[in-house]
Amino acid sequence: MADMFKPSRRAFLRGGAAVAAGSVAGAAGAQSPDTLITELQDWASITGAGVDETPYGLPIRFEADVIRRNVEWLTASPISSINFTPIHALDGTITPQGCAFERHHSGAIELTKGDYRLMINGLVDRPLVFTYEDLERFPRENHVYFCECAANTGMEWAGAQLNGVQFTHGMIHNMEYTGVPLRALLNEAGLGAAGDFKDKWVYVEGADASSNGRSIPMEKALDDVLVAFKANGEALRMEHGYPVRLVVPGWEGNMWVKWLRRVEVTDAAVESREETSKYTDVYEDGTARKWTWVMDAKSVITSPSPQMPITHGKGPMVISGLAWSGHGQITRVDVSKDGGITWETARLGKQGDTKALTRFYLDTDWDGAPMLLQSRAMDETGYVQPTKDQLREQRGENSVYHNNCIQTWYVNAEGIAENVEVS
Amino acid sequence: QMEGAYGLGRVAMAEEIAAWDVDVLPDGRGLPVGSGNAFDGEEVFADKCASCHGDFAEGVDNWPVLAGGFDTLADEDPVKTVGSYWPHLSTVYDYVYRSMPFGEAGTLTPDETYAIVAYILYSNDLIDDEFELSNENLANFDMHNKDGFVIDDRPDLEYATWRVEPCMDNCKDAVEITMRSVFLVETPPEGGTNSM
Repeated sequence: MADMFKPSRRAFLRGGAAVAAGSVAGAAGAQSPDTLITELQDWASITGAGVDETPYGLPIRFEADVIRRNVEWLTASPISSINFTPIHALDGTITPQGCAFERHHSGAIELTKGDYRLMINGLVDRPLVFTYEDLERFPRENHVYFCECAANTGMEWAGAQLNGVQFTHGMIHNMEYTGVPLRALLNEAGLGAAGDFKDKWVYVEGADASSNGRSIPMEKALDDVLVAFKANGEALRMEHGYPVRLVVPGWEGNMWVKWLRRVEVTDAAVESREETSKYTDVYEDGTARKWTWVMDAKSVITSPSPQMPITHGKGPMVISGLAWSGHGQITRVDVSKDGGITWETARLGKQGDTKALTRFYLDTDWDGAPMLLQSRAMDETGYVQPTKDQLREQRGENSVYHNNCIQTWYVNAEGIAENVEVS
Repeated sequence: QMEGAYGLGRVAMAEEIAAWDVDVLPDGRGLPVGSGNAFDGEEVFADKCASCHGDFAEGVDNWPVLAGGFDTLADEDPVKTVGSYWPHLSTVYDYVYRSMPFGEAGTLTPDETYAIVAYILYSNDLIDDEFELSNENLANFDMHNKDGFVIDDRPDLEYATWRVEPCMDNCKDAVEITMRSVFLVETPPEGGTNSM
């Protein structure tokens, strides 16, 4: 298999300190008794922390590198910027809120429940103002959905750029939301005045200075859009829209308006800054697509990956990754170890929810040869995740957003992985 | 008047709607009464905008460029500005009035906003400095790239061809690495560069 491609001999700049492949003897190869077993350890003798020590806990300090990271040179200011979820180190599907990525246009604001107001106005029978307490009195629903920034993987259009899945694919999180269907709030205001819903829209905006106003067609607003106030069981984090955000299943993260303060029923799209200047996708010929709302099927191998080298040597190994689609459920994920010449169908950790992250695994045996790892998602509509070349053939290299291409990691004989493109 | 199913919330008052509903549609609905020209706008822009966007809206450091870039959209590095890219002038008014200046949003008067928008047009060589922009004529202003956008056509161009059973074996003859990551992102030091 190694003969099927020709990896360059270029020396890696990254140090090998973190990669001591095979140097630590596993339990099966022990030559002498393991002192971690034969000698009494402190934790088996003296006592640990009391239940009164940590009213709200953080991860143990040994996991201190499982954190959001940003890349300073991507944006002019950290106030209107992005950071990245450490998806390389996570497993399962639920993103811990504390390390779930952030994208703000004028910073993360502090808005109390007491100061919170939500207005519904425009083409409604009676414009309404809700307090936070009002929202909690509507019937609630729970749903798990992914929120992926439209620009996720956007740096990679012209070639392999950032060396780590956190940076190439980490503008995403996946949470269990509790909230009220937007439909219920619109019905409360009365949609008689809106007439035929077919050409109607809702314009949604946040309480922050950027406002992040976006237009959503009425059909989507009445379908599965949620006005959410809890995520993963607790209140939204400040940086994720506390106390109330919009959840727009399957659609680009920009439309998930945080600190939601107003929903206006209109008879036309507002064509705001965030749907003209931004979140429009320029083609090779200079024309641009607008209203590219859905995030198409996508997947990525999170381990091994550049931040997750193979450190255990040859033998059994787990290839682990994430797949998701804005069109519905993931039905299948294929994995290639030879850059797309042959594919094996991976195992889903469990059947994923619709429009939610789905975990996949390929349990395999590594012979120590270099690999070109790829994953390819399929969703319930039969859509197959395309290669980057297929996407570029359609769109050129300047569309910025919606890059759902197949990602390739080159894993060398030492187990170190690198972001590459292949023929 | 129809009552909602739960009787929750209260009716919004006209003053409240006026305070929060300031969006402007492409046809000009939502524009407040007012006017301004580039001559006045130059002064406001110098005072409130130029420190990031430059004296001539050309952008400072990494801050957005508002002028120029005409006919670069098909280039390898398109320069997408108000002049070269934005389809509607309503969006410029709406966004500036609502969200600029960065860090001091919501402080501009309607007349200041009209003047700033006029100055941005002037910086793009689209009007002369005496052109009086107002709620009467703003929506009729033809932007350079007004016809540059198509509605999402992925269903026709992509989904139709990519919803097929994929190849599993002998999918290509050989594979070569054609590009390696340009920026080797070194793991930031312990504690990271968390932006919070």
